[in-house]
This record gives sequence, C-alpha cells and structure tokens, in this order.
Amino acid sequence: MNGQGRTGPQTGGPQTGERQMNERQMNGNVLEVSDLRVQIASRRGLVRAVDGVSFEVPRGGALGLVGESGSGKSMTLRAVLGVLPPEAHVVSGQVRLDGTDLLTLNHDSLNRMRGPKISMIFQEPMSALNPVMRVGQQIAEGPRIHLGYSRARAAERTLELMRRVGIPDPERRYRAYPHEFSGGMRQRVMIAIALACEPEIILCDEPTTALDVTIQDQILRLLAALCRESGVSLVFVTHDLPVVAQVCQQVAVMYGGQLVERGDVRDVLLDPRHPYTLGLVRSAPDFEYVQDSLRPIPGSPPSLITPPPGCRFHPRCEFAEDDCRTGEVPLRILPGGRATACLHYERCLDALAADRAGQ
Amino acid sequence: MSTVSLPAGTGPAPGAPAMPARAQRRATRRWYRQPALMAGIVITGIVVLAAAAAPLLTPYNPIAQNLNASLLGPSAHHLLGTDQLGRDTFTRLLYGLRVDLRIAFLAVLFPFVLGTILGSLAGYFGGWVDVVVMRAVDIVVAFPFYVLVIALVFVLGPGERSIYIAITVVGWVSYARIVRGEILVAKRQDYVLAAQAGGLSSARIMGRHLLPNVITQAFIYSMSDIVQDILAIVTLGYFGLGVPPPTADLGSMINDGQNFLSTHWQLTTIPGLAVIVVGLGLSLIGDGLADLLRPGSA
Repeated sequence: MNGQGRTGPQTGGPQTGERQMNERQMNGNVLEVSDLRVQIASRRGLVRAVDGVSFEVPRGGALGLVGESGSGKSMTLRAVLGVLPPEAHVVSGQVRLDGTDLLTLNHDSLNRMRGPKISMIFQEPMSALNPVMRVGQQIAEGPRIHLGYSRARAAERTLELMRRVGIPDPERRYRAYPHEFSGGMRQRVMIAIALACEPEIILCDEPTTALDVTIQDQILRLLAALCRESGVSLVFVTHDLPVVAQVCQQVAVMYGGQLVERGDVRDVLLDPRHPYTLGLVRSAPDFEYVQDSLRPIPGSPPSLITPPPGCRFHPRCEFAEDDCRTGEVPLRILPGGRATACLHYERCLDALAADRAGQ
Repeated sequence: MSTVSLPAGTGPAPGAPAMPARAQRRATRRWYRQPALMAGIVITGIVVLAAAAAPLLTPYNPIAQNLNASLLGPSAHHLLGTDQLGRDTFTRLLYGLRVDLRIAFLAVLFPFVLGTILGSLAGYFGGWVDVVVMRAVDIVVAFPFYVLVIALVFVLGPGERSIYIAITVVGWVSYARIVRGEILVAKRQDYVLAAQAGGLSSARIMGRHLLPNVITQAFIYSMSDIVQDILAIVTLGYFGLGVPPPTADLGSMINDGQNFLSTHWQLTTIPGLAVIVVGLGLSLIGDGLADLLRPGSA
C-alpha cells in the first residue's frame, strides 16, 4: 500500500500550503482531513479517485464539497467514515476527528465513533433504509447500542427525534415501514437516524438529489436549522451550487480527485478564482451574473487512471498556458482565507468582468 | 373521468398511508387464492393431524405383536389388515408417519440454521472465510445427496441421531449457497452501508439487517428440502438404517411387506402411497410459498 503512496513530486507542493492553513485554524476544527488519497483497483488500472485532498470543518460550520460526477466527492466522504467499497483503499492521509485519526483506529474503536461522533446521510433515502425494519426501530438502534439506552428510553428518544425532524404523528409512524413513507419523509427519517446519537459532525452525500425541488428546500432548511440549533457541523457533498449557497459557509471545489479551489461560499461562487469553478458557475442557472444562455464546460472529466500532467483541468481550460501542462499545481493561499490551484487565476477575474460588462 | 385540478395543499399529507392499507389487504387476500398452496396445506394438514391424533384414531398398539392374528386382510377391525407379526397396518402407518414427520421437520431445521449461518459469514466477509466455506460446499456437492446420507448413516450406525447428523452434514450446503448469494447482493445495498456508517457491529448488521432481507429464499427452499429429507428417511428405513425396530417407520414397513407382495400387497403399497401423498402436499406448499413470497411474481 505504501508503494502506491509514492506519487513523486505531487506531494511536496500542496502540503506546505496545507500545513499553514491547518495551523491557522487548528483550534476550532471538528474534522481535519489532510492529504487524503484513495485508490481503486480496476481492471483497466489503478484509479486515483481521491488524490491528496485536504480540508477542515470548523465546529458548528458547514462545508460544501462540490464537483461533477466522478470527481471523488463521495469517495472522500466514504473514506472519512471508513465505509469504502472493498476494491477501494486509503493509500495515505489523515482524517482527524477531534484530534483522533480515524484511519488508524481498529474496527471496534471506529464503530464507537460512528454514530455518537460522526454520522452520514445518504443520497437515496429509498435504499438507505432497511425495507423490512420499522422506522422507529431503525432510529432507536443507535441510541440503544451506542448510548446504552433501555428500550423504553430509546423509544422516547426516537419520538423526540421524529418530532424534531418534522415527521407528523410520530407515535403512529414509529411502527411504519419505510415503504409507507414518501421520499421527503424517508429523508427526514435518515436525518433522525444521523442525529440520534448527537454526533458532532454529519456527512451528507447529496441528501437532496433524489428529492423534488420543493421537498429539497424543506430538507435543506431542516438541515440548516438543526445545524444552527444543535451546533452540528456538516460536510455537504453536492453538485448543486444553489444548495451549497443555501446551507454552507465554506465551499471546496473538487476536480479529478483534487481540490482546485476553497474559500467562503459567497467569495467562491460570486468571484471564482479557478477556471473550473468559473465554468461551474457559468453553467448553473439562477446566479446574479448569469447570461441568457448557460455555458457548458467543453470536454469531459479527466481519466483518473492516467490523469493529465500538470493541472488536471488544462485540457478543458480556456486560459491554459504552457506552465499549466507540466509540473504540479498546488493549492495556494490567497488573501481573504481563500485558496486556488490555478496558476493564472487573474484571468478568471478578467473573464468575469467581461461577462458582467456584456450583460 | 375528467381531470380535476385540486387546489394546492388539499392532497393527502406527505406519506399518508392510504396505499399501504390496501396493499396489505391485497397480500392477505392473495395467499388463500393460491390453489397450489391451498391444496398443499389441506393435504399436509390432514396427514399431520392424522399422525398427531394417532392414539385417538386407532385402539391398537403399533408395536404389540399378536401372532394369532398375523397377515389378516382388511376388515372392519383392521382397516388395512395386519402384518406378519399381527400388528395393525393402519396403526403402524399412522405411528410411522408420526415418527417420519417429526424426524423430517427436525432434520430440515439443523441444516437450515447451519447453512444460513455459514452462508451469511461467507457472503458478508468474503475473503478466506468465503473460500473455506465454499470449498467445503463443493466437496459435499460432489456427492449425490442420497448416496452421501446413506453412507454417513451407515458409518455412524442406524438411529435417529445419525439421521440428523447425516442430513445436516449433507443438507447445509444448499442453504449456504442460497444465503451467500442473497447476502452478496444485499450487502451492496445502501442500507447496509448506512448501518456500517452508524457504527453497528458486523454481527448485528448480519443478524438484524441482512438476514431478515434474505431469509425468504432459504425458507422457500426448506419446503422442498423437507420432501427430500422425508424420502431420505424412508430410504434409510427401507435399508434398515433408520429408526430401529420395532418402532414403526414407513421405510421399514415397505421393506417388511415386500415378502408378501403377491398375497398382501397393501403392506407395501399403502406406506409407499403415504410417502407420495406427504411429498405431494409439502411440494405444493413449497411451490405456493415460492409464488407468494418471491418478489416480482404475480
């Protein structure tokens, strides 16, 4: 496994920058992920699904992890929680939850963290609930096992949670099966399960993608409210920029298994400093400066088996220069607590200015 | 029917359970509409009731000999006549069914439990556990069922305990294969991932989350397996490897009656027919249950 961690000069650059950021924010962070690398063994070769990703989640804060399909967002979450598919392996990196590196824990110790400290909400509320178990039992299971609650006390806690996530008539719904719930209600059940042991951080893997837009908004409001009230931190994986804007304070943009830009949500979405983020923003409707027509990003995502040398975005980038095609492009710190991996990020500013002038 | 547009907010509340109640009613109505299942339940029910109520249905003792009344033909006193030792054939038939059915139901339970446990472990953990379990399955499967059961009982010595051991040793492989296959599919489901993310132990995930989702197929199989077990038990009895005499058992009755086939055909034929009826009833139940429980079937 260590042999594969030898990824040459790639490791040198970004780490220096990461370390500075780590030290600056060390105190208030619930979760600190540094230099996480996940590889998947496939028939066509080794897929570098996550390639040196680092981020922090401040206590009580919400971080959005944005990127297109296959950019490694979900793999990052699953690696953090130790629920990678069997063919995927963490090659290197640290995942510190309250200072404990989850990647070094044995199975039992990790199980004691999952639930009471960290939990997860999944994309498909249909399939993430056990079809043959009553929802009340599914919610009560965590408190019963992790908090040692008696049956009666766990049931009480379950009813309280069901009320808190807005499930009407909890006494009756307690005994219902998942198929008796609508999609939105199932996602509320998922949220109740995730909240059941009062974790410090909840990882959300596209929790609203499978829901229709009105329900989506309800669920987002619920998550944001729970986050505010109980001080739970969130990592919010999505490809939906408006969702990030609604729930998160911080955003990290992933491309080809790496972070390309990071910063406060407003800064990054209104004033992107990486051509990929710019492309995402231009191709998303409903932002202040969007033109009449949406502009897609040309080309397709890079192969993660043989990623392009240099900046992984350069084959699709309108600003690419020779220096983008060779060498490494580490995430560099910009003023205002932001970071970008683009060597020529000024050009994004010019392009944006041109967009706005043309409007 | 014309389309009526409802004002917003007047529809059923989100997740209102109007549909489930109807679906449930349909499911409960369906089971007795399965002709195969109904026929199987009736046939098996009659046989089981008759066997259970044997002491009430006949005044005779199944093992008490009466050499003055040997090899009698059917009459009002002896519905099916008597055998060469003067024992009432009808009585022995009922008591034989009693013994064979009890052994069959118990004999299906042990392989069911063992196979389900080993199959779950192999499917869930994979790796070397899977290799060990599945190679053991391959070894057992390499032999025909009846041949291996008979050989094992022969080695272990006749008797009820040997039958249980032999059928368990040979029978668990089918359950292990079925459950392993089901677990391989089910463990990729999101709810298992969610259970892992919730910090549940592997034992709990297997027992509480996976097994209830996969046990149906093993249960359906057990209904046809029990037929196989009854045939094995009768075969063993026929070879004198079953329950030792003088206890009545369909297999030994068939064998004992063989000598008198030309004069007293009922001694052999009736127990044989009883085996067929029992097998038929249980097969029909198995088929009916498969239709009813297998997802996707009408």
